[in-house]
Amino acid sequence: MSPATANIPAATANADIVIAMHNISKWYGPFKALDNVSLDVRKGERVVVCGPSGSGKSTLIRCINRLEVHQEGQIFVKGLEMTDNVKNIDAIRRNIGMVFQNFNLFPHLTVLENLTLGPMLTRQMKKADAEELAMHFLRKVRIPDQARKYPLQLSGGQQQRVAIARSLCMEPEIMLFDEPTSALDPEMIKEVLDTMIELAQSGMTMIVVTHEMGFARTVADNVVFMADGSKVESAPPEEFFGNPREPRTRAFLDQILKH
Amino acid sequence: MAATSRTTTYDPDARMAPGPWLKRNLFNSVGQTALTIVTALILLRCLWALLGWGVFNAVWYTTDPDVCRAATGACWAVIVEKHRPMLFGLYPYDEHWRLALMMAIYLATVVLSLWPRCWNLRLLVPLWIVAALSIGILMFGGVFGLRFVPTADWGGLPLTMLLFTGTVLIGMPVAVLLALGRRAPLPVARGVSVVFIEALRGVPLITILFVAVNVFPLFLPAGMEVNRLLRITVGIAIFFACYQAEVIRGGLQAIPRGQYEAAASINLGYWQTTRHIILPQALRICLPAITNHIIAAMKNTSFVIIIGLFDILTATTAVMQDPLWRSFYVEAYLFVAGVYLFFGYALSVYARQLEKWIAEGRI
Ligand SMILES: Nc1ncnc2c1ncn2[C@@H]1O[C@H](COP(=O)(O)OP(=O)(O)OP(=O)(O)O)[C@@H](O)[C@H]1O
Ligand SMILES: [Mg+2]
Repeated sequence: MSPATANIPAATANADIVIAMHNISKWYGPFKALDNVSLDVRKGERVVVCGPSGSGKSTLIRCINRLEVHQEGQIFVKGLEMTDNVKNIDAIRRNIGMVFQNFNLFPHLTVLENLTLGPMLTRQMKKADAEELAMHFLRKVRIPDQARKYPLQLSGGQQQRVAIARSLCMEPEIMLFDEPTSALDPEMIKEVLDTMIELAQSGMTMIVVTHEMGFARTVADNVVFMADGSKVESAPPEEFFGNPREPRTRAFLDQILKH
Repeated sequence: MAATSRTTTYDPDARMAPGPWLKRNLFNSVGQTALTIVTALILLRCLWALLGWGVFNAVWYTTDPDVCRAATGACWAVIVEKHRPMLFGLYPYDEHWRLALMMAIYLATVVLSLWPRCWNLRLLVPLWIVAALSIGILMFGGVFGLRFVPTADWGGLPLTMLLFTGTVLIGMPVAVLLALGRRAPLPVARGVSVVFIEALRGVPLITILFVAVNVFPLFLPAGMEVNRLLRITVGIAIFFACYQAEVIRGGLQAIPRGQYEAAASINLGYWQTTRHIILPQALRICLPAITNHIIAAMKNTSFVIIIGLFDILTATTAVMQDPLWRSFYVEAYLFVAGVYLFFGYALSVYARQLEKWIAEGRI
C-alpha cells in the first residue's frame, strides 16, 4: 500500500462505497468554485446533481477523474486516493467513463475508430477484439449501422450515443455525465435519456449532472442540489421533489419545473 | 467512403456562365470596357513579343554558339549543350548514368510514399530501406566496381533533391517536437523550445550555415569529423524546423480543450493523446502553411553554395562562365527556374489534393 492510501477514513472502508469525497474545496485563482463538498456514492447508485449555472456541478464531477484538481479534501475511488501520483490517476481513470455536454468525439476518426482507440491503446486489445467490443456497444446504443461514418456526419443525439458507447468500451465501473443532453435538440434528448436509463437498469454506477428532472425522478437514487459551490441538499427523489428542506432548493425547483 | 464533404466553400462567381461573367466583370461600363480593351491589347503585344523571342525566332538545336548569336530569338540550344553539367554539377561525367538512375529511384519512391493507397508501413519501410541503400550506393560508389565519388563532388539536381529531402525528413520531426515542447506541461521543455525557436528564427539562414560549416567543427574533439554536406543539411533543417514549429503550434492551439479531456477520460497518456488525437488534427489544420514552408525549404537548398557545393543553381552559374556560351545565361536560368517551378508546383498540387482528401474524410 502506498502512503497515500494508508489512512483511509472509516467511511471508505465500507466496501459498498465506490466514490468518497471528503470536504472538497477548489479554487480557480481567487474564486472558490467548490466549498467543502462531501459526497459518497455506493456501488450501483445513481446520483443526479442539479443546481443553477455556475454552482460548481461540472467542477465537482470533473474532480472525480482529475480533469480538475481539487486543493483541499480527499477523493477516494474504490479506496484509492486521487493524488497527483500518476499511477493512481491511471488506475482511477481506468474505472471511470465520462460523457460530455459537447460529445467531444474525435472528428478525424470514424465512429468505430473512436470506440476502438481506448481499448487498443490502454487495454492492449487486438484490433479485431476491440472492433467486436465496439460493435457490441454500438448495438447497445442502437447505431451499429453508423460505425463507418465520421462523427460530424451524425446527428447530435447519435453523436452523444457514440460518446456513451466510447466510454462503455473501456468497461468502466462508474460513469460520469456532464449535462449530456444540454446541447441537443428536444427531439434527440429522449433517445439519449433512453440509452442512459438502460445503462442505469444494467446496474452501472452513475453520477449525472442534468436539468432533466424527469430523468432524476425515474432513475436517481439520490438527488444532490448545489448552489454557489456548496452542496445544499441531497435526498432521494421522492423527498427531494416532494418535500425539499432548503428554501434555495425550493426556489430552484419552482423555477425549473415551471417550464 | 464518406458521403458528404466535411467542408464547404463559397464562391459567387463559381456558377456563372462565361457570357454574364464577362459582362459583369469586364464590360460593366464605358470606362471599364475601354480599360479592358487597352489592357487586352497590351497583353497581346507582350505575348506576341514573348512568342517571337521564345518560339518563332529561337534556336532549338546547334553546337555552334555563333548560330545563336546571329539569331534574334532565344538560344535554347545552350540548354541542350550544357544540360549535363547543369543537372549533375561536378559529378564525374562518365558516371552521370548513376545520377539519372538515382533520380528515377528517388522520384518513384517519393511518388509511392505520397500515394495514400501505399500508406502501409509494411510496404513503405522496405521500400524506403531499399531506395536509401541503392541511392547511397549509386551516389557514393566504392562497391560493386562503382568508382567512389566523395560528397564534395556531388552536385546538380540530385544534390538539390537530397538536401531538400534531408531538410524535410530531419526538420519535420524536430518542428513537431519544438511545437509540442512549447506547449508542454514540463517547464524545462517549454524553456528549451522557446529559446531554441526564438534564437534561431531571429538569425538569417546564412549565419546558421556559417556556424554549421565553420564554427561547429571547432567544438568537435580532435580527429573527429562530420561530413560538410550533412552539417549543412542539418543547418537548413533546423532553420526550417523553427519556422515550421510555429506553424504547427498554431494548429495545436486550434484543438479544443474537450479533445484533451475526452482523451484523458479514456485514459490515454500524454504521448498517446498527442500521437493519435492532437497531432493528426493539428497537422491537418495547418497543412496549407506547412506546404508553404516546405516549398520555401526547397529553394533554400541553393545555400549550399557557401560550402562550395554545386546544386542545380550554382552549377548553372558555374557552367555559364564558359566564354562561348555565357551571353545566353538568361535561357539557362530560365531552365533552372523551370525545374524549380516544376517541383514547387508539383508540391502545391499534391498539397491541394491532400486537403481535398482530408475534406472528403478519406485520410
Ligand atoms: N477554468 C476555469 N477558470 C476559472 N473559473 C472557472 C473555470 N471553470 C469554471 N469556473 C467557474 O467556476 C464556477 C463553477 O463552474 P462549473 O462549470 O462547475 O459550473 P456548473 O454548475 O457546471 O455550471 P453550468 O450549469 O453552467 O455548467 C463558475 O462560476 C465558473 O465561472
Ligand atoms: Mg457545467
